[in-house]
Amino acid sequence: MKPTDLQTHIAAAKRREALFAALGLVALMIGILTFATLFADMAWKGLGRLDVDFFTHFPSRRASHAGILSAWVGSTLVMLVTAFFAVPLGVAAGIYLEEYSRKNWITDLIEINITNLAGVPSIVYGLLALGLFVYQFGFGQSILSAGLTLALLILPVVIVATREAIRAIPQVIREGSYALGATRWQTVRYHILPYSSAGILTGVIIGMARAIGETAPIITIGALTFIAFLPPSPVKAEPPFFSVDWLFSPFTVMPIQMFNWTSRPEAAFQVNAAAAGFVLVLMTLAMNGLAIWLRYRLRKRIKW
Amino acid sequence: MAALVSVFTTVGIVYILVRESVLFFQHVPIGDFLTDRQWTPLFDDAHFGIVALLSGTATSSAVALAIAIPLGTVVAIYLSEFAPFRLREVAKPFLELLGGVPTIVYGYFALLFVTPLLQRIYPELPGFNLLSAGIVMGIMIIPYVSSISEDAMRAVPMSLREGSYAMGATRLQTALRVVVPAAFSGLASAYILGISRAVGETMILAVAAGMQPNLTFNPLEPAATITAYIVQVALGDLPHGSVGYQTIFAAGLTLMVFTLACNVMGHFLRKRFREAY
Repeated sequence: MKPTDLQTHIAAAKRREALFAALGLVALMIGILTFATLFADMAWKGLGRLDVDFFTHFPSRRASHAGILSAWVGSTLVMLVTAFFAVPLGVAAGIYLEEYSRKNWITDLIEINITNLAGVPSIVYGLLALGLFVYQFGFGQSILSAGLTLALLILPVVIVATREAIRAIPQVIREGSYALGATRWQTVRYHILPYSSAGILTGVIIGMARAIGETAPIITIGALTFIAFLPPSPVKAEPPFFSVDWLFSPFTVMPIQMFNWTSRPEAAFQVNAAAAGFVLVLMTLAMNGLAIWLRYRLRKRIKW
Repeated sequence: MAALVSVFTTVGIVYILVRESVLFFQHVPIGDFLTDRQWTPLFDDAHFGIVALLSGTATSSAVALAIAIPLGTVVAIYLSEFAPFRLREVAKPFLELLGGVPTIVYGYFALLFVTPLLQRIYPELPGFNLLSAGIVMGIMIIPYVSSISEDAMRAVPMSLREGSYAMGATRLQTALRVVVPAAFSGLASAYILGISRAVGETMILAVAAGMQPNLTFNPLEPAATITAYIVQVALGDLPHGSVGYQTIFAAGLTLMVFTLACNVMGHFLRKRFREAY
């Protein structure tokens, strides 16, 4: 090979390399720009509808009067039920798998299971809930059914986050605790849980952000799309001062309200859909952003 | 005990799906289910050919993967081998956010933004079509593919790269001929999980691809997928225990079997690349 050949060869290789770097940047930008377009499009169309009335009005047949009151109240209540079941169960399962379980075929089975559950399409959870919660247990098409469904759906997320947070704690901490005579439970309670709480919280927030945007399983259990009333209040004037009637109330949630508006032909409702979508995206963005920030801080701060 | 809840969930899913499907297959012979070319369970002249729904699922997934796999792979190679550290630190959370957007929002975007855009290029495109749903779904899946692929490529030991550089290879040659082959099983598992995401995706298709079962492999036509059909039935008011009610469980079982196969395959492939070094 003559020197000039070599030079052109190197130049060509460098050109290809620059070309690929540009391609990579473009590919990366396609994702990010799509997201920016989506966000801008919804803001552009929907911001005009976003005022106090939009949050305090029930859905209506007239697009300009419709609001998301029942939707955001429903979403909030469903999230409460979801968190109430998913967080204790998920954290307990994570702690058990990391700190208590012995390695045997049962834990192997559980582990394969969790991996698989994380990959099951969400609509299949909806079918499970329809068959089990709605008809078998007779919870009906209620907030309780929806909350339980979403709790099962995000359980793998919470378990995996808990296990990762716990695994990051060095063995030295546990040994120090045992050396001082602590029992396994005391070690978990006073060392493992506090040190892993930020990591667990990150996982819980990501799970909740997923649950709040989840539409398919809730449609499957039969949430109504047009709800012009609120669930009964949990606080009562007469003893025993609280009631659980709201758990069994019919409901709607934000994504379903948005689905309903999106699938209508009238342009005015699509503006409402944009506004509802904007609120929804803002909420999930805030939650995911918070989780990412927490994780970032965690990584920087903790030095064992 | 709490850990067993996950096992109960799986058992519950399989039990419910199989129980209702068995009832369904008492009405409809399994041969018809697999070979009939029409899916009209709610008409008087009922046909139960899952193929009509599968074609919609297959076509939309193919469109999505045609976008997600090349772009996801390029993004992963770029982030793992080329991008400066700062860019990677900024880009990864952004991609994560992209995966966190509710799918109903993507559905809205496909129906009311991407479809009108495509209609400007190709005016005959119907309002509901598999193409725009597939494109948006593909973009949604990019972060899943790229993040697993990138992890796999990061797991390739530095010494392999250094060996390649020492031979005078450029970064691109190293990336394509050393790192990608070494991480191949990881990449394959990323693709398989991408397929399983695309097949199980519901809302984008229910919103943007229409709900009319249609035996077609043409992405320019509207067609219902398995998931969209389940949504359609659930939105209506079907009595508990009717054949229509049971169809969604049979459809769900088909979906579950397929995604489970994908996930198990992806899991084992991933295990292999973990043990490789």
